[in-house]
Amino acid sequence: MRAGNEGWGLEFATASGETVVLPMADIVRAWQPNKASFQERLGVYASRWGEFLGDDPREANSAGGVFPAIWGTIAMTLIMALLVAPFGVLAALYLREYASRGPLTAAVRIAINNLAGVPSIVYGAFGLGFFCYVLGGSIDELFFRPALVADGQPTFGTGGLLWASLTLALLTLPVVIVATEEALSAVPNSMREGSYACGASKWQTIRRIVLPRALPGIMTGLILAMARGAGEVAPLMLVGVKKLALDLPIDGTFPFVHPEREFMHLAYLIYDVGFQSPNSQAAKPMVFTITFLLVAIIALLNVAAIWIRGRLRRRYVSQQF
Amino acid sequence: MSTSPSPADPRQPPPSAGPATDRLAVVAAGGQVEPEVHERVRQTPAVLEIDRFNLWYGTKQALHSITMPIPHGKVTALIGPSGCGKSTLLRSVNRLNDLVPSVRITGEMRLNGDPIYDQRMDVIELRKRMGMVFQRPNPFPMSIYENVVYALRIDGESKRVVLDEVCERSLRGAALWDEVKDRLGESALGLSGGQQQRLCIARAIAAEPEVLLLDEPCSALDPIATGKVEDLIQELRGLYSVLIVTHNMQQASRSSDYTAFMYLGRLIEYGPTTDIFTKPVLRETEAYVTGRFG
Repeated sequence: MRAGNEGWGLEFATASGETVVLPMADIVRAWQPNKASFQERLGVYASRWGEFLGDDPREANSAGGVFPAIWGTIAMTLIMALLVAPFGVLAALYLREYASRGPLTAAVRIAINNLAGVPSIVYGAFGLGFFCYVLGGSIDELFFRPALVADGQPTFGTGGLLWASLTLALLTLPVVIVATEEALSAVPNSMREGSYACGASKWQTIRRIVLPRALPGIMTGLILAMARGAGEVAPLMLVGVKKLALDLPIDGTFPFVHPEREFMHLAYLIYDVGFQSPNSQAAKPMVFTITFLLVAIIALLNVAAIWIRGRLRRRYVSQQF
Repeated sequence: MSTSPSPADPRQPPPSAGPATDRLAVVAAGGQVEPEVHERVRQTPAVLEIDRFNLWYGTKQALHSITMPIPHGKVTALIGPSGCGKSTLLRSVNRLNDLVPSVRITGEMRLNGDPIYDQRMDVIELRKRMGMVFQRPNPFPMSIYENVVYALRIDGESKRVVLDEVCERSLRGAALWDEVKDRLGESALGLSGGQQQRLCIARAIAAEPEVLLLDEPCSALDPIATGKVEDLIQELRGLYSVLIVTHNMQQASRSSDYTAFMYLGRLIEYGPTTDIFTKPVLRETEAYVTGRFG
C-alpha cells in the first residue's frame, strides 16, 4: 500500500502563507488535535500504542514500533528458561541426592556459588568464543559449507538466538541450581523414609515424592533466573543482538524457529535508542516507553510463574497440619 | 508414668537368675547380661529371627548382641525407656538404617529363613515384604487412593481393577474406608492426624507384608485417634505379624501377645505379655512395668 503512495503528496498552507508539499509516503497519521473530541483523542492514543507494540521500527529506531524487539525478548527468555531448567534441576539433583559428601562435591558447590558473581560481560565473551566461534564454526564447517563458501557469511558461526539463549542460560544456571538444592533439602526426610519403607528405589522416590514436593521451590529458582536473564544486556551485545533485525527469529516460514538468526532485544534497544541515536530529541520518549515495556514484560513473566507456583504449592505442599 | 497395678503385688517375684547385683546397673556400667527369654516364646514358630545383632552409630554401640525370635501371626511389643534402642532395632529389620552413613552392624536377621543382611539380598525386594508405620504420620503429597496403592504402583502394577480392589481392602483393613470412600481423589494432606496415621497403616498393609513394623504409631495422636488405632492393631492380630515399639504401658499390655523389655541397647526380658505384666521373672522388669522408673 505504501508503494502506491509514490508520486502523491499533500499540499499544506502554513500560517505564514507558504505552501509545503509532503510526500504521502512520509505521512503516518493526520489529525486535528484541537477539533478532536475526547473519544477521538483516546482513539489516537490507542492507535499510537498499537503502532508502538505492533509495528516495525522506523527512522533508525527513533520512531515507529518495537514489535521485533518484543518478540525477540520473549523468544529469548523462553528458550533460555527451557534450556536452564533441565540442566539446573539435574545438576542440583545429582549434587544433593547422589554425590558422595567429599571434598570434590564441596568444591563443585563453591564453584557454582562463585559463578553467580561473575560479571555478565565475561559470560558474553565466553559465549562468543566458545559457542559462536568454536561450536558454531564447527557446525558451519560440517553442515553449512556451501553457504560459507558462497558468500562468506557464517550461519551458526556468528551470534544468533540459540547462542544468546545458551549464554544467558549459563549465566542464570547457578541461581537455578542453588534454589533447587534448597527446595530438595526442604523435603522432609520422613517422606523419603516412608517411600523407602514401601519398597521404592531411590529414583522412584525422587521422581514420585521428592521432585513434586520440591517443585514450588524449583519454580522460584526459575522465576529468579528469568527475571535476571531478561534484563541482561552486556552478553547479548556480543552474541546475537542487532540494532535492526526485521526478520523475526520465530516466524511463519519453515522451520518456524530460526536459531541462527540475530534478533532485537528491548534492553539493547534502550541503550541504542537512548545513547546511539542520531536524533536524540525524537528518541527520548522512546527510551521511556521501551523501559516501561521491558519492566512490564518481565513483571508479566514473573506473575505467570508465581501463579503456576501457587497452583503447584496447593497441590503438593499445603493442607498440612 | 504408667500406673497399671500389678495383680501380683503382695506376692514377691522370684529373684532373678543372674548375679545378685542389679542388672540395670551392670548394663549402665557397660557390662553384658543374659536376657531372660521365656520358654513359650522360644516354642512358637517365628517369622523373624534376630541373631546376635549388634549395631554401632559411628563408635557408639546402640544394640548389644540382641537375640530374639519374633513369633508369627502375633503382636510383639518392644518396651523400654528412651534411648534403649527399640526404634533402632525396628528400623534395622527393614534395613532403613542403611540410609544412615555411619551405621555398622554385625550379626544376622532372618525373615522367614531369608538372611536380611546377606550381600545378595535385594534391599528393595526385602522392604516390599514388610510394611512400616512411623511415629508421625507421613502421607505422600498425592491423593488418598494413590497413597494406598503406592507400594503396588512402584512394583509395576497398573491395572485399575487390581488397584481398586487393593485400595478398598486396605482401607477397610485400616478402619478408614467408610470415612474416605467418597473422596479417594482428594489430597491425603487434608485428612486429620488420626486419619493420616490410619492411611499410613493402610498403605503399609496394602502389599500384604510378612511383617508389619509400627514405630510408636500413636505418640503423635490425640486420645480418641489413639483409641481407634489401638482397636485397629487388635484387629490386625492374627492376620499379620506385628512388631510394635511403644512407650505406653497400657497399650503394650492391651494390644500385644508378647512383650520384650529393652534397656540401653540390650534385651533384658522377653515373654508373653500377660507374664511380663503380671509375673515377670526379673524385678527390673517389674520395676519398669509398674512405673517405678522410665
